Amino acid sequence: MFELIAQHPIIAALVALISLAALFGAILGFAAVKFKVEGDPIVDQIDNLLPQTQCGQCGYPGCRPYAQAIAGGDAINKCPPGGQSTINALADLLAVPAPTLDEEHGVESEVKKVAFIREDECIGCTKCIQACPMDAILGAAKQMHTVIADECTGCDLCVEPCPVDCIDMIPVETGVKEWKWELPPLKPGIIATDRHPQDQHTGKAA
Amino acid sequence: MALLKVTSPHAHKGHSTAQLMRLVILATLPGFLALVWFFGVGVVFNVALACLACVGFEALAIKLRGRPVMFYLRDYSALVTGVLLGLSLPPYCPWWIVVVGSLCAIILAKQLYGGMGFNPFNPAMVAYVILLISFPVEMTQWAAPSTLLEAGQTLPGISDSLQKIWAGVPIDGYTAATPLDIMKQNNSLLVADVYANEPAFNTGTLAGAGWEWANIGFLIGGLFLLSQRVFTWHAPVSMLIALTVMATLFHDGGSSSSGGSPLFHLLSGATMLGAFFIVTDPVSSAVSKKGRIIYGAAIGVLVFVIRHWGNYPDALAFSVLLLNFAAPFIDYYTLPRTYGHAKARRATEKEE
Amino acid sequence: MTSLIRIRDIPGGIHPPEHKDQSLRLPLGSVPLPPQLVVPVSQHIGEPATPVVSVGERVLTGQLIAAANGVFSANIHAPSSGTVIAVEDRMLTHPSGMSDTCIVIETDGKDEWIPLQPCEDYHALDKAALQEKIRLAGVAGLGGAGFPTAVKLNPRSTEVIDTLIINGAECEPYITADDMLMQTRADEIIAGTLMISHLLHEPKDLIIGLEDNKPKALAALQKAAEGTRVQVVEFPTKYPSGGAKQIIQILTGREIPTDHHSAYIGVICLNVGTVAAAWRAVRYGEPLISRITTVVGETLEIQRNVEVRIGTPIDFVLAQHGFDAKKASRLIMGGPMMGFTLPSPSVPVIKTTNCILAPTLKELPPPAPAQACIRCGLCADACPASLLPQQLFWYAQAEDMEKLQAHNLFDCIECGACSYVCPSNIPLVQYYRAAKGSIRQHEQEKEKSDRSRRRFEFRQQRIAKEEAEKEAKRLARKQAAEEAKQKLAEKAAAAAPAPQAEVVAEAVAKARAVQQTPEEQQAKLERILAAARNSLEHAQQPLVPNEEGAVITQEQLEKQQARIKQAELKVSEAEKKLADFMATQNNSTAAPADTPAPANDPVAAAIARAQAKLSMSPEEKLRSTLESLQTRLAKAQEKANAAKAEGSPTADALQQGVEKLQQKIADTEAELAQLAPAASEANAPSAEQHAAEAAIEKAKAKAAALATMSEEEKRAEQLKSVETRLQKARERLAKAEADNDPNIEAFRNGVVKLEEKHRELQDA
Repeated sequence: MFELIAQHPIIAALVALISLAALFGAILGFAAVKFKVEGDPIVDQIDNLLPQTQCGQCGYPGCRPYAQAIAGGDAINKCPPGGQSTINALADLLAVPAPTLDEEHGVESEVKKVAFIREDECIGCTKCIQACPMDAILGAAKQMHTVIADECTGCDLCVEPCPVDCIDMIPVETGVKEWKWELPPLKPGIIATDRHPQDQHTGKAA
Repeated sequence: MALLKVTSPHAHKGHSTAQLMRLVILATLPGFLALVWFFGVGVVFNVALACLACVGFEALAIKLRGRPVMFYLRDYSALVTGVLLGLSLPPYCPWWIVVVGSLCAIILAKQLYGGMGFNPFNPAMVAYVILLISFPVEMTQWAAPSTLLEAGQTLPGISDSLQKIWAGVPIDGYTAATPLDIMKQNNSLLVADVYANEPAFNTGTLAGAGWEWANIGFLIGGLFLLSQRVFTWHAPVSMLIALTVMATLFHDGGSSSSGGSPLFHLLSGATMLGAFFIVTDPVSSAVSKKGRIIYGAAIGVLVFVIRHWGNYPDALAFSVLLLNFAAPFIDYYTLPRTYGHAKARRATEKEE
Repeated sequence: MTSLIRIRDIPGGIHPPEHKDQSLRLPLGSVPLPPQLVVPVSQHIGEPATPVVSVGERVLTGQLIAAANGVFSANIHAPSSGTVIAVEDRMLTHPSGMSDTCIVIETDGKDEWIPLQPCEDYHALDKAALQEKIRLAGVAGLGGAGFPTAVKLNPRSTEVIDTLIINGAECEPYITADDMLMQTRADEIIAGTLMISHLLHEPKDLIIGLEDNKPKALAALQKAAEGTRVQVVEFPTKYPSGGAKQIIQILTGREIPTDHHSAYIGVICLNVGTVAAAWRAVRYGEPLISRITTVVGETLEIQRNVEVRIGTPIDFVLAQHGFDAKKASRLIMGGPMMGFTLPSPSVPVIKTTNCILAPTLKELPPPAPAQACIRCGLCADACPASLLPQQLFWYAQAEDMEKLQAHNLFDCIECGACSYVCPSNIPLVQYYRAAKGSIRQHEQEKEKSDRSRRRFEFRQQRIAKEEAEKEAKRLARKQAAEEAKQKLAEKAAAAAPAPQAEVVAEAVAKARAVQQTPEEQQAKLERILAAARNSLEHAQQPLVPNEEGAVITQEQLEKQQARIKQAELKVSEAEKKLADFMATQNNSTAAPADTPAPANDPVAAAIARAQAKLSMSPEEKLRSTLESLQTRLAKAQEKANAAKAEGSPTADALQQGVEKLQQKIADTEAELAQLAPAASEANAPSAEQHAAEAAIEKAKAKAAALATMSEEEKRAEQLKSVETRLQKARERLAKAEADNDPNIEAFRNGVVKLEEKHRELQDA
């Protein structure tokens, strides 16, 4: 055996290479099975950043479908409830420049809102219950409905289907507990402010 | 009554950045006077021109950036850069050296990075290194100290100096090798012999004529700043200690291959100016106390290494710039232990 | 008295000018009762208390007016006797300037107390009762945070308290309220300390710690502490040694680990004022209704400490001290380091008001504009928590939440030492506060969005499951039908279907398909009956007036009677149906032979087959055609083969027939293939998804349209949509009127509202 190898260096090299290839192939195969990544983590990560209002303003039926769409290359600026901060976070995650919100899908609202059913006007048609993506409306046919305010994401999908127009989107009350100090106004000194005043609002995004 | 709505604290200690900078300028005075005493009015011209150029370039840059010019000029940081640059340039060097240096310091090293507080490198040292590499001839012609002058010779007068600076008219016999140059060139004599033979040494008392006093002057200024709590002791003291330790280790009993005595290293070149005015520049140094000790010590070691084994006689600018590079790295590993935490956390660690 | 306590140093710290003597020149004063007391229900950390008095009620001094809402809350008592004139939102003593519920009492000047329950010897009480006394008195940390004291005095059973620290450091400049308290009520503090020590199972060390700038207080405390095991310890003056974390570090050398309370390391730390209040609560039964406050600042003629009732408006207090509003620039509650500016001078004194500071502009000038950070590191040197304030500042500016947390932002105690020393005048603390606020907000939002995601996913699952169940049922039904059909087909003879029988057959088969098992039918009928009875009961319930105080109208009565009648009718109907069913059921079980009979009938089989064909979907139809064609083909092939083998002359014709059949099969198959995708598409989404998707689609279209439109167009668009909605609503109303729908009122309301909206839009 040894003689054979010694006499035929090319064969020896071939044997060595092939056995190496086989070994590494086995290791790779093993790793592929052992360390298999379950699911599509990037979709999960994107989904984590989305506000989960499930409002469909992006044009997809829920946040996860939009997350999948983003992973598939869709624009990241279609989420009005998340607003600029979500876009920035997504841009950060995907390492792309952060665009501004695409106004085609709606505008970012300053205040958070929740749905409120004027209960004496509700006729109990259950249409809003079917429309609510959060199951945040409680009620039964011919019974008055009410919104579980803590679960409502303010997507306003229930407003349109209501036949008697008894659902209002009211701003969430903020009390002393929700109050926080604002950052001091930005002083000159940071390079990011070296822009013309007219693109200040886009400057904020960067 | 309109009530102010501001966040606490409502009280403020009177010190402002401008005051700190003014103190720094004031503290350079002893060293500056010593330099003038030994090297003549050339130092004055250097400092004045550098200050003028630096403030001018600063104003220009701020104007171009569309900022309130006076608000930024009033922090005196450009003036400090000018003073430090002026002090470190050879006296009687051509005017354009000073102006190019100021340009590099203010525009290149400072304003391009966003102005005060955002420069990763010490502006004066950047300028010095650029000049040293680009114009080695002009930058290595140091004037001879007054003690070395031959009989009948005096320090250049104002008109002579101006002619030299503005028209390049040479002044004979006014340049001399610095003590560091001499020590570097020496590879045959014992240190004691060098001290005895070289006029640069035998006219001085401790570590080379003129230089020793300039260094002592800067030391006094530095101690004044320390007493005023303008900076903490960590970086300068650790730098001086490191330099002393290195010099002691390689003193080699004063043989011909000796690097010179610790005292010689402490009192020659830009040691004291560097220790108290450059290394303490907070913007480009490490942040934490521990970090500053490491930062200072590394500069001290590098200074000796380059002086002794490198190609340049003095090495402070290079050492400081190298450690400016390393400052974020040092910061990374020297976060202090916060109250309530078992051990210091690395900046790289994420939230548990 | 020599102390056995080793004093340690804290890192950082600053020495701001103390300004303490100006308020200590005069003895402790008092403020007269104001005409109105405004008592917020939230003066402490935790849940706001719930008001238990109503407007117009007369209250006595010390009477409970708002009860603690859960454990992390504190009782609120009437600071003086008088009449409750309002329970309403008033501006709070809070930096936000927001409003919240306050109980406003018009004082009667009599200051009539409720009967108190003093307790001569607290040793006689058991510990729970003692603690309850403190809790009921509404004692909350008087040092500034307002932590409910009873909660602090009830550490977990696993936490053994070995050190009780009473905090009299009062390190903030200007404030001398605790100093004054220690000077004047040292005995109460010592007695309270011993009482709390008793409550905490006698910790090893009882330490009262104060800074060395209060010699009078030290002397008073030492005198009062003689003969007890309370140690009075002074330590060098340095801000912020009075922070709970810092004083614990100074006196014990221990650090509270992040995210833990001091009890975790065996230390409980209370403010001297809190201890005195707790003592008074137990000894005299007095609730916390007043406190000592320093009133200080150059804008005042008189600067001193006063005992003031909680709820006294601050402008009233200031007026008593010769306040010169013209000279004032800001009003601060608390000291110059950690206090906050008051939104208005009319806000009341609360439990945590240890100082009212009314400085002149010269005394505390407005903050200078911030310059760039020069990374001088003075802030890091001053930080008592060994943070890196400038790094935090960079990251707060960049809103880098992760890095902020990695740099231990939440260990910042907001003492303000960093801002104080900053040569560039950067409002560092404001950055940290804002960053902390945003991080907390982010965490809450994250939590909510996670919950939303779970709910949404659960809903999706539920819908999918319902769909699957429906599908399974449908399949089962189909299979059953097919089986039945096959059986029939097998048994059926070649009887030709009579064309006129088809319609009849259809009706029969339909009835059969709907038919359920007798048990099911019975259950259903019983359900109907129960529901009818239920609604009868409901209708018979006494009428509740719509609004309080409103009379039940004749109309309502009539309506109710009509409803009752209707319900009764329904019940009787349901009862009758059930009875009928039971009767037929008995019959059918008596004669079971009747039912299977039709199965044998070939006519019936044919009817069934025709019916099956009719009720089949096109796809199913094609499939069955295909099947029958294939059987025919097989038969024809057989015949053809046989004919060939026999050499029959009909062999060619037969072969042709086979080919034709094959052609037909191919056609049918193609048709089937075309139909399949269409069919699968058609039956996918559920009704609910339809509704949601339709809404999404609409919202999307609307948003898109709105984005590109001008104001004018937007309004026109809105008008149009309102118009269509109005029309729809009107139609619905008309229908409801025709059907005599019970919801007719609601529909009418909707129409009226929409009309209003419409008018508004038109006007605009």
